[in-house]
Amino acid sequence: MTAVIEANGLGKRYRQTWALSECTLAIPAGKVVGLVGPNGAGKTTLLHLSVGLLQPTAGSITVLGGRPGTTPDQLARVGFVAQDAPVYAGLSIRDHLRFGARMNPSWDMALAEDRVARVGLQPHQRAGELSGGQRAQLALTLAVARRPELLVLDEPVASLDPLARREFLQGLMEIVVEHGASVILSSHLVADLERVCDYVVVLVDSRVQVAGDIDDLLATHHRLTGARRDPDALPRDQQVISESHTDRQSTLVVRTEGPVLDPSWSVQQLDLEDLVLAYMTRSVQGNRRPKLETRP
Amino acid sequence: MIEFHLDSRSGVAPYQQVVQQVRHALRLGLLEVGDQLPTVKEVVASLAINPNTVLKAYKELEHLGLVAARPGIGTFVIKTLTDDSLAAHGPLRRDLERWLSKARRAGLDDESIDALFRDVVRSAAAEDVA
Repeated sequence: MTAVIEANGLGKRYRQTWALSECTLAIPAGKVVGLVGPNGAGKTTLLHLSVGLLQPTAGSITVLGGRPGTTPDQLARVGFVAQDAPVYAGLSIRDHLRFGARMNPSWDMALAEDRVARVGLQPHQRAGELSGGQRAQLALTLAVARRPELLVLDEPVASLDPLARREFLQGLMEIVVEHGASVILSSHLVADLERVCDYVVVLVDSRVQVAGDIDDLLATHHRLTGARRDPDALPRDQQVISESHTDRQSTLVVRTEGPVLDPSWSVQQLDLEDLVLAYMTRSVQGNRRPKLETRP
Repeated sequence: MIEFHLDSRSGVAPYQQVVQQVRHALRLGLLEVGDQLPTVKEVVASLAINPNTVLKAYKELEHLGLVAARPGIGTFVIKTLTDDSLAAHGPLRRDLERWLSKARRAGLDDESIDALFRDVVRSAAAEDVA
């Protein structure tokens, strides 16, 4: 399968600080990708690199087989909605569509007008009078009307109320069905992504912690609880992602391709939120595996 | 036509929930041979879920021989699960209701009843294997 985004050792440094480092990814086409991580993890940096708004300090990134933002053709194939869905406050919705048509050879006016009507926007309304949800829908419409193969959305629902959030995601999923575009969207809330995404990238502290098909990830991660013990004693194919211990009990999140056979563990399935949290915790623990204290 | 709903707290993968809801509807006779399932676009628009989730569920149902996709038209039920056992549902349900009121009288709450029922099903299944 062809990759929509392929990154190799990708990094971006601002002065002394690496906003993104050693990022290696191969995201297959046709996915709705959730980019999750706490604020300041480097999500926006990665998205800006993928649309060509930033140039890498290290490594390389290709999007739909080309270098982001280098040719008009490359620009036309990627639709981008920046954080807070910027629009021109003084212009009407109709003006936005006309402007879009002027600027983009691949502009689909019928699609744009249809979407404007479907989400209940009035063409004569000024963008400055729109609610947050309406503005997000307008920005999405402008991005989609260019008929891109990849849609890149930076925190598209962060500032929306629950209803507007739902409506926005419904509209987005309809676009995916109708036009078959790949989508990458970022959020610091897993709950936003759980239903709409089928691929997840967890970014913490400027590094990719895990990336993959959500169903595969959920099938290979388990929560083990049982009497307290040293995680180093686990079978070698079980990788510990996060661990916590009380004086009696150990709770581990492990990644393994095979089944967990040890009957003394109680094994539970994780949901996406648990999984993301496990990787965030791991990053906080700094990958170290402290030996358990042996009690006298 | 049936409508799907998702329980995000259930711990069951969304596509599995769709499969289960179709199977459930087939078993209870809510869906019959020839009935159409909601289109992918309809499901996606009502639940705000990933289209691949719906496609995966429908593919699995197809694989199970329960539905067939007619390209460009939709997905249709070709087999029901309301075999001869449907006739037995009524009496079994009454037995279960009697048992349920007995369990309540004995002071079990819903959670304990649920746990007990699942445990019995599980151990019976284990005995079948052994």
